Amino acid sequence: MKPGTRLKSAACDTEVMVIRTAGGTIECGGAPMAEAEPADLLPLADDFSAGTLMGKRYVDADGKYELLCVKPGKGSLSVDGVALVVKDAKPLPASD
Amino acid sequence: MNIALLLEMAAEAAPDRVGLVCDGKRWTYGELLAAARGAFELITESGAEYVALLDESSEAALIAVFGAALAGVPYCPLNYRLPDADLGALLGRISPALVVGDEERVLRVAGEQGHTILSREEFSLKAQETVPSEESREYDPGEGVAIQLFTSGTTAAPKAAILRHSNLLGYILGTVEFASADEDDAALMVVPPYHIAGISALLSSIYSLRKIVMLPNFSPEGWLTLVAEERISNAFVVPTMLARIVDAMEKGFAAEVSSLRAIAYGGGKMPLEVIHKALELFPESGFTNAYGLTETSSTVALLGPEEHRAALASDDPAVRARLTSVGKPIPTVEIEIRGEDGSVLPPGEAGEIYVRGDQVSGEYKEKSALDADGWFPTRDAGYMDEEGYLFLSGRADDVIVRGGENMSPGEIEDVLLTHPAVADACACAVPSVEWGEAVGIAVVTREGHEQPSEDELKELIRGRLRSSRVPEKVAFVTELPYNEMGKLLRRKVKEVLAA
Repeated sequence: MKPGTRLKSAACDTEVMVIRTAGGTIECGGAPMAEAEPADLLPLADDFSAGTLMGKRYVDADGKYELLCVKPGKGSLSVDGVALVVKDAKPLPASD
Repeated sequence: MNIALLLEMAAEAAPDRVGLVCDGKRWTYGELLAAARGAFELITESGAEYVALLDESSEAALIAVFGAALAGVPYCPLNYRLPDADLGALLGRISPALVVGDEERVLRVAGEQGHTILSREEFSLKAQETVPSEESREYDPGEGVAIQLFTSGTTAAPKAAILRHSNLLGYILGTVEFASADEDDAALMVVPPYHIAGISALLSSIYSLRKIVMLPNFSPEGWLTLVAEERISNAFVVPTMLARIVDAMEKGFAAEVSSLRAIAYGGGKMPLEVIHKALELFPESGFTNAYGLTETSSTVALLGPEEHRAALASDDPAVRARLTSVGKPIPTVEIEIRGEDGSVLPPGEAGEIYVRGDQVSGEYKEKSALDADGWFPTRDAGYMDEEGYLFLSGRADDVIVRGGENMSPGEIEDVLLTHPAVADACACAVPSVEWGEAVGIAVVTREGHEQPSEDELKELIRGRLRSSRVPEKVAFVTELPYNEMGKLLRRKVKEVLAA
């Protein structure tokens, strides 16, 4: 999968853009994400239902995966069952 | 990853929010995205390999950036101040292009080059009227070049610097929090569209959902008036603009500027006197000095608001001196100072500035200037102090080499500027039979002061610096040559001193 690929959640409205990936399964709401629109939404897994926020970047602990949320939803993101965490931008004091 | 994502996300999150104000017309993010998609159709139909802009700032610049990105062709804003022959040559290097702007001039200088030409009004109107032909159109994935900017070419033919989608997105995603602006925030844009600061300002404002207000033709009165009328919160200026704004205010032009939270400047050396006055005239504003290059997608180092105020208030000469620095590297890039043999130099030693990071393209159409480890040699000379503050001392090519000793023009100029009768000064190399090169200086006498004698200036330098810095040639001039972005044209000063 290439950087720039857009993935859709199979369990909610979440959409992400892949910035960095390493071959594991990217999931949302506990279910694998895919490029295609899901036919029917699967139920959200309880452990992965904290929600995604528009414009936030989500990363794993090793920095191998980075996803940008381009559409928010009720599920939360994981790779191979391990939850991703928010990576904050380092805002500059208004330089431009 | 395509930079059009930034506008798509803004339009998704806040379609009805005003994103751009230009010539009194207001554009929402939804309207801007629709127009960019319309522009995609125009660009694709024309078969153009580039989208060029030969125009001042307007909505067309913004629509063209994102339309070109969606279509997967580089956007190439051109400097409309170039003479006809130079402009024709640049247009020849990007043919066939869809050129937006001065139709008459493009026809005159590049009429035979196969370009499609649209005036600003035609382009904006057609982009709005054109509805994408199918719902699920395939836009460019953004793996290639987003922006091509010709360098100003003061030493040789202009180079075509290229910025990839990944460089620009690296900069924006790493330094801007999505939708972080308040609804009434507004950024005033006055830099011309062909300058990297203009492009990065567009991208960062859109991603933070900060309204952009364009002022295509700068005048200090126009700028101050617009600040008051549009309740501007953020503004970026080049040093010459700030000098003129300060001057207008001192001469009594009054405007309500309390909305102005942040004033950023860069693009050239800021005279200490101007920034001192500006800090007094805008007591409520935070000042930021931004240092960056086209090849680094804009800002790589910053001197922030607290550091400005701390330097102004301090009795410590080292802290006060920071007002003349460009601050510290931003968290997402690395900066090193290297000597001529490539070794990394310790604090306090001057050498060439190297930069590395996702936003650093360091790439020209012809070749990449990055070294094997991804470092970009900026050709800017400078040093870092013990605390990591970066000080610029001019272009590496401007260093004066006298009998094997390297001297930076900046240190000589700084000493000259301490003389009460010196308003402006430039030091550069003059040919010397004995030394190969020696120091020449051009000096502007301050209004109301008597012209200092050559000997007086030589003594001043001898007293403060080593005797090798004492100029062999001194010229008094009425003004120094600057380009429209406030960059000192040393090449021209050299010509005067050589004459």
